[in-house]
Amino acid sequence: MERGSKSPNDKQNIVEIRNLYKSYHRGSLVVPVLYDITFDIAAGEFLALMGPSGSGKTTLLNLLAGIDKADKGSIRVGDMDITTLSETELAHWRANHVGFIFQFYNLIPVLKAIENVELPLHLTSLSKRERREHSETALRMVGLEHRMDHYPKELSGGEQQRVAIARAIVTDPTILVADEPTGDLDRVSAEEILAMMERLNAEMGKTIIMVTHDPRAAQHAKILRHLEKGYLNDTLKGAHDDSQNPL
Amino acid sequence: MTILKILFRNAFHNKLRSGLTILGIAVAILAFGLLRTVISSWYAGVEAASTSRLVTRNAISIIFTLPLSYNEKIRQHEGVKMVSYGNWFGGIYIDEKNFFPNFCVEPRTYLEIYPEFVLGPAEKKAFLADRKGFVAGRKLAAKYGWKIGDTVTLKGTIYPGNWDFVLRGIYKGRDDTTDETQFYFHWDYLNETIKKASAQRADQVGFYMIAVTRPDLAADVALAVDKTFKNSLAETLTETEKAFNQGFIAMSGAIVTAIQMVSFVVIIIIMAVVANTMAMTTRERIGDYAIMKTLGFGGRDITVLIFGESLVITLTGCFTGMILTFPAAAAFGQALATFFPVFIVSPETLYLDVLAALLIGCLAAVIPTRQAIRIGIADGLRRIG
Ligand SMILES: Nc1ncnc2c1ncn2[C@@H]1O[C@H](COP(=O)(O)OP(=O)(O)O)[C@@H](O)[C@H]1O
Ligand SMILES: [Mg+2]
Repeated sequence: MERGSKSPNDKQNIVEIRNLYKSYHRGSLVVPVLYDITFDIAAGEFLALMGPSGSGKTTLLNLLAGIDKADKGSIRVGDMDITTLSETELAHWRANHVGFIFQFYNLIPVLKAIENVELPLHLTSLSKRERREHSETALRMVGLEHRMDHYPKELSGGEQQRVAIARAIVTDPTILVADEPTGDLDRVSAEEILAMMERLNAEMGKTIIMVTHDPRAAQHAKILRHLEKGYLNDTLKGAHDDSQNPL
Repeated sequence: MTILKILFRNAFHNKLRSGLTILGIAVAILAFGLLRTVISSWYAGVEAASTSRLVTRNAISIIFTLPLSYNEKIRQHEGVKMVSYGNWFGGIYIDEKNFFPNFCVEPRTYLEIYPEFVLGPAEKKAFLADRKGFVAGRKLAAKYGWKIGDTVTLKGTIYPGNWDFVLRGIYKGRDDTTDETQFYFHWDYLNETIKKASAQRADQVGFYMIAVTRPDLAADVALAVDKTFKNSLAETLTETEKAFNQGFIAMSGAIVTAIQMVSFVVIIIIMAVVANTMAMTTRERIGDYAIMKTLGFGGRDITVLIFGESLVITLTGCFTGMILTFPAAAAFGQALATFFPVFIVSPETLYLDVLAALLIGCLAAVIPTRQAIRIGIADGLRRIG
């Protein structure tokens, strides 16, 4: 967490997406998913990407987090155009710059909470002791230091998602991406997780990009973007502009 | 380090599935080990055979005999150290199912030519002194509870009648591979008994055993002996003891081949079972592998995880099976001592066990690994939930 020096009111863009296209192939059929997406995310932003199911939110998030390849366009994160990177370079880049939070927590079932948090640090040059210290700090930040030696199946959904958040922040990444982080949680746990993400953004200046189709979850973000059938709509909260939709 | 931790825990995560797979492998390795041991016991006689000993028999067939007069002629050959002779007796002890090899020999020369049958000096003296005496291997005597001085009756098949023998010595094998189930008695006893019934059938020998002075002379001596009796009434066939024993085994070659095939079929079956387990396991863990790739781990880490898990399971099963092979082989060997006088799990069998397990473990991991590496991260993550 030593590198967490980005201040929340730094207006510099941390993500710049230009003319991004993505389609999937189903057999001989080409299924277009994203058309000509262009937008920026400022450093220290907490952005919620909304839209109905199937609108391409996950696809867009995967592209800017470097786990999927675009057909066309550029994605700059920090000072790197990640569309130019090879598979191996991309893996290395992700390890250093992106923290991931998923709907189903995706913890490794055979690893204890602390070991799950420590996992990404094995790709760094940190010593065993440093890894341990960093992981403990991260778990303490999500309020789970007393659950350190528990396996995922011994934790509630909300607790598992907090472990996942600790794993996402332990490497002090440039951006945090979250795909429906509360989609599998009850209301109370969901609020806890969202509050925690708000705090990470406000107190530590983390740039967060969160995908959700739940308006209540989106309330916690500072900016809202809407994705409808592959097009990015207006930035106004809850705005709909179907005139851009050709389908 | 973490990769190792994950792969070991993965291997035993689903306890029932891993347990059953390990049990399956253990049983397969046990079966494989026993079958291989049956085969090597089959050949044990050949392996134990000396290369500096020749066996001369009637060229037409083993069931025809040779005149005793050949003894002197063979002995005079260059390179011959000593000659002994004997006849297959083929007697039955109480019941036909009590099979063990029994034959008569010229005792003095036989004991010298076969130093691997170790007999105490007192017992040796007693045996040589008693015309009706016999010597039994340690395993054979133990099986029927015979003690020195006991009288044992064999029912003759080739030579009719009930024959009484007195146990004068129990020999021990010098090597692990020495047959300890033989029964041999005085050739003179047989010959004199025959002589009383019909003089023409007397003075006939089933086989001569020749000790040569140097193993490299064996081939020349064999040729020279056979040449001597060329165009005589009873032509001879002389071969090394090894070849002679092999001739016996060749008859059962088809059975050995069948056993050999079954032993490999067992391995192929268990390979399919383990491959299926690994495919199932990997499919379940596709999400885990996707998340690890997301975090920045590479194809090599995934390969280590899957191959490692597969090898941990197969080697655990393999070692369990190997450990079980020893008591199983001991019990098996005891029950069938007279058919397989030497039933020992050989080092080669154990190497083959490990080799088979490594092969199973690796082959079972190949396809799952390829799938896990090939699938895009985004696709892998979509499989969760
Ligand atoms: N691997 C894939 N192959 C084919 N089509 C896909 C694949 N992944 C996603 N899609 C399609 O792309 C569209 C957008 O999916 P996604 O980005 O998951 O939407 P969202 O996250 O907004 O629900 C959907 O119609 C989906 O069916
Ligand atoms: Mg989605």
